[in-house]
This record gives sequence, C-alpha cells and structure tokens, in this order.
Amino acid sequence: MDVLKEVGNIGAGNAATALSQLLNKPIDMAVPKVQLLGFEEIAEKVGGAEELVFAVFLRVEGEAPGNLFFILSPDAARSLLSRVAGISEVSGEELSEMELSALNEIGNILAGSYLSSLADFTSLSMYPTVPALAMDMAGAILSYGLLQFGQMGDDALLIDTTFLEGQDEIEGQFFLIPDPESFPKIFKSLGVPFE
Amino acid sequence: MIEEQSVIKVGMADLNVGSQEKVIRTTGLGSCVGLTLYDPEKKLGGMAHVMLPSSEIAREGKLNIAKFADTAIPELLSRLLNLGAIRNRIVAKMAGGSQMFAFAGGNDTMRIGPRNVESCKRALEELNIPLLAEDTGGSYGRTIEIACSTGLLYIRSVQKGVKEL
Repeated sequence: MDVLKEVGNIGAGNAATALSQLLNKPIDMAVPKVQLLGFEEIAEKVGGAEELVFAVFLRVEGEAPGNLFFILSPDAARSLLSRVAGISEVSGEELSEMELSALNEIGNILAGSYLSSLADFTSLSMYPTVPALAMDMAGAILSYGLLQFGQMGDDALLIDTTFLEGQDEIEGQFFLIPDPESFPKIFKSLGVPFE
Repeated sequence: MIEEQSVIKVGMADLNVGSQEKVIRTTGLGSCVGLTLYDPEKKLGGMAHVMLPSSEIAREGKLNIAKFADTAIPELLSRLLNLGAIRNRIVAKMAGGSQMFAFAGGNDTMRIGPRNVESCKRALEELNIPLLAEDTGGSYGRTIEIACSTGLLYIRSVQKGVKEL
C-alpha cells in the first residue's frame, strides 16, 4: 500500500506542477490515499452519490488498464475556468459549449500528466483514451469505474489524491481505479510481492 | 416532503423491500438499473440496484445476488412474496441504464447500461411479470424512489428534474 501511495504521489505531483504552470501559481496537494473501499464509500468521498460534480473520465489502456477520473465541484470548475481559460463571467447553472470544452481540455492535460508520470515510475505502458466530460451525480459517474470490480466483489482499490490552490479553493480529486488484473502488474513492476 | 425515517435506502448492488407508508430509494443510478416490483393491493414494494447484466461473468467467491439482473430479480420477487405479496398481482417499473460517457468505438463495457436494461427485461419476461413503465437510457444519472403506498416511481435527474411513472 505504501508503494501505491508513492505511485499516486508522483502522479499527482506532476499533475499539480502542470496545473500550477497553467495557473502560474503554486499548487498544493494532499498525500494520496490508497484504500480498498466498498462501492458505496467511493461516492461518499466526494460528498455522496447524489452530489453534483464535474468529472473528466479517461479510460487507461496499455499494460495496466484502469479508469481515471478527475473530479471537481461545480464551484471549483467555475473557478478553474475563470483562472485558466480567462473566462471571467462563468455564471448560471449551465456551462456553455466552450466552457465545457475548456474544462475537458484542462482535465485532459492534468490527467495525462498524472498518467504519464505513473507510467514512467512503473515502467508500464499506460496511455489515456480520449477524455469525456460529464456533469452529474457522483454515484452515477463513479459507478462506471467500478464495473470491472463488480465481477469480483463489492470493493475497489482507489488511489485518491486531492490538490488545492490555497484560499482560492480550486480543489480537485484524482480517482484512479486500476482494473483488478492491473494490481499484480503494478506491484511486480515496483518489485513488491503480491499476495 | 418525505420523512427520513420512513425511507429505506438501497445501495449499489443491493436490494430491499418495504410496505405501507415506506419509501424505497436508491441514489445516483448511472449505467445501473433501479428495478422495482410492486403489489398494489397489499401495498408492498421492492427495489434492486442492478449493476451488471449477468452473474455468468461473476468471478467472486461469494456471489452477491443483488448485483446481477438474472439473480437480483428472482431474489427480489421471493423477498416480496415472503412479505405477503400475491404472485400474479406483482408489476414492475424500472429506471436507469444510461450511458454516462459516449466514446467512438466503445467496447462492451461502454454499453453496459443498455445491456443491463435488456437483461432486466429478459428476467421479468421469464418470471412473467409485466413491466408497466420505464425511464431508461440517455446519458445522465438518476435517483429514484418508489412510494409503497401508491406504487408511484419518482425519478430525479440533474438535467430533467423530477418525473413520475
């Protein structure tokens, strides 16, 4: 578990660096948490199954496939848009096509940076598919990442990293849910026995 | 609105039954299907949060029968009968089964929502339970609740507000 935490740490560190370059200011991040969680608990991590979130989803392909989600609250998404894309008046419930597209691209950059550092660290090929953006209930979105686990049991391994930008409260979370068959490979590449 | 203590919550890959003034609710359905069975005379209801279409692909040691369409629906039926429901009065409604993310050239997992819906329909047919109404498909999440006093199914989504079946 400590090794996986380190993997998450490095990934998130690179993503935080990418974000701080985009924003041109320092970004903090929390130490990643690696947990085996019940399906219900995973949605609880973002405030509950009904909580409205923005999520950029990328399917990870290659030697260690999995599902990667970049999750933002609506407030954080608006804040991020105004800061990065220079969209000053992000108001109203609905985001415009352009705002959604910008958000998708920001998520893509961050997730890509997260993933490429994981791939470097583990020497496993991991590459992202085209990102997809959704704004919906957290449970509906995250359940999508749990389907592979559904065939095995009622828990999934979650590498959860939060990063934040001081008082401006741009807070986002990366949820990496490796496919069940990816664990042995990730462990092996790191020289850790897998029971 | 509805008193919290009368709400029976159904989690992901979970099922439950209730009677009279109870409301059974499941939140954040995406590609999962919320399937309800109801006996209108006795006011008995049941709900399953179905995650996957078939238990044949299951690799788990101890099978969670609430998770798969082909095992959850017979189990829900038998739980409802145990509560006193009459077999030939039972009717079904369902919601969910959306495709949260659309990708070009998506694989089988991408189609899991529609496959869950098909599989639930097949299970209902085999058990000879009429499907009265459904609100399935699309690309958005749903929270649903069935009022055991009326059998009405309320569906709430971010984009479309509240709908009643």
